[in-house]
Amino acid sequence: MRSSIFLTILFTLAFLVSFGNDETKLHEDEEIVAEGELNTGKMIIEHIIDHHDWHIMDIGHTPVTIPLPVILIDNGKFVVFMSSKFEHGHATYKGYKLETEGPNKGKIVNTETGEIPLDISITKNVMALFISIFILLWVFISIANRYKKNPNTAPKGMQSLFEPLIIFVRDDIAKSSIGEKKYERYMPYLLTIFFFIFFNNLFGLIPFFPFGANLTGNLAITGVMAVFTFIITTVVGNKNYWVHIINTPGVPWWLKIPVPLMPIVEIMGIFTKPFVLMVRLFANMSAGHIIVLGFIGLIFIFGKINVGLGYGVSVVSVGFSVFMIILDLLVSFIQAYVFTLLSALYFGMATEEHH
Amino acid sequence: MELIQPGIGLIFWMTLSFLIVIFILKKFAWKPILNGLKEREKSIDEALNAAEKAREEMKNLKADNEKLLQEAKEERDNILKDARKMKDSIILEAKEKAQVEANRIVEGALVTIENEKSAAVHDLKNQIATLSIEIAEKILKEELKAKGKQKELIDKLVSEIKFN
Repeated sequence: MRSSIFLTILFTLAFLVSFGNDETKLHEDEEIVAEGELNTGKMIIEHIIDHHDWHIMDIGHTPVTIPLPVILIDNGKFVVFMSSKFEHGHATYKGYKLETEGPNKGKIVNTETGEIPLDISITKNVMALFISIFILLWVFISIANRYKKNPNTAPKGMQSLFEPLIIFVRDDIAKSSIGEKKYERYMPYLLTIFFFIFFNNLFGLIPFFPFGANLTGNLAITGVMAVFTFIITTVVGNKNYWVHIINTPGVPWWLKIPVPLMPIVEIMGIFTKPFVLMVRLFANMSAGHIIVLGFIGLIFIFGKINVGLGYGVSVVSVGFSVFMIILDLLVSFIQAYVFTLLSALYFGMATEEHH
Repeated sequence: MELIQPGIGLIFWMTLSFLIVIFILKKFAWKPILNGLKEREKSIDEALNAAEKAREEMKNLKADNEKLLQEAKEERDNILKDARKMKDSIILEAKEKAQVEANRIVEGALVTIENEKSAAVHDLKNQIATLSIEIAEKILKEELKAKGKQKELIDKLVSEIKFN
């Protein structure tokens, strides 16, 4: 029943796939293959950033893309249309244009005023976000139903796959960082970020639609999660936590008066902690994608010089890519773990009692 | 540059959907899962404790059984011993009784024999006396057939009589 819903959604998405026209594709090729040379750097960045449509593949020179809805708020007005109207940045629609170069590259600009309207379009990453959320909800609600229907029985199927991870988050992350008494309050958040990051890291490694979006390698995503951790830490912080920040115990007095050096460092620390959380996940996941794409790019760089060389390098490149992807599988788990563990540690620090 | 410029739209959708996800998962997934895990752990603990208790009980029961068996054995031995004793005493008593009875019977028999014997002797004496009288009569008859003889005897008898 559930899988049939999933299939229906997949087919609906597939139905929306449009075939772009040859001209635009040729133009894009000209950019990437500037003056007969592959612009691998551009290719890589194109792969890991957000787009207003979902490029699946090229058949010949025809790109197969899924157009996604563009939602703009311009001067208090909602403007909604499909991204296919832009024809990959070569057409102006309703007075809006998708910039393909310059400082506003990739953004939608109002051609009349030259301003950038508030863009809350369903972009590729938003779509990937929804898909991952759908899968997340489907997986864990179905597991939860098994717990409800068959209490006190051995785990089965998907339940036995995720139960060790849930217990890992509970025992090794939450209990050990926050403490036996208070951990339960933070479990929903910790489990959600753990599995959200873990799932999206893994989905990012699958190169086929509807996966392959570099969601956890996007600052907006990691930033929002870091802000959540920051807000929770700040809200639950007790007196002891704030005393530690303002008047750190065990530090010589001249570091606090007359120049409040330690308080400044500590207050900066409040903000650097979530900032580091944000950057770490983003950089790790983006780097993984960039390296794999770099190895694949090598094949085409060498292939341009000599076709035989390209084939020769491909063996090495594919080998390294496989190695990197396997490494990324590990990194996917480690980064989900690190983000969750550090969040738990911050909560633990904020709620620690004076002793 | 696009790489490190977070999109406003993505931030908006992420914040919105992440909050929704947290709340939905909290209500429909994490709560039942964590409760289920806790309950299962509790039930496993309880089951282990119960098993431990049952084992302890079993051990006690076994000890009890052994004790009972031992007692039963002892009792059996006692009963057997008693029975043997009783048997011996019954046999002994019976023997004694039999002896006494036998003695009594023999004594009775002896008395009877004695009585019979004396009766027989008495009878015999009587018969002998009768016979003797008959014989004496016959002899006398024969002796006193002749007159001379009668006279001689009478004389003799008369002479014998003395008148004091």
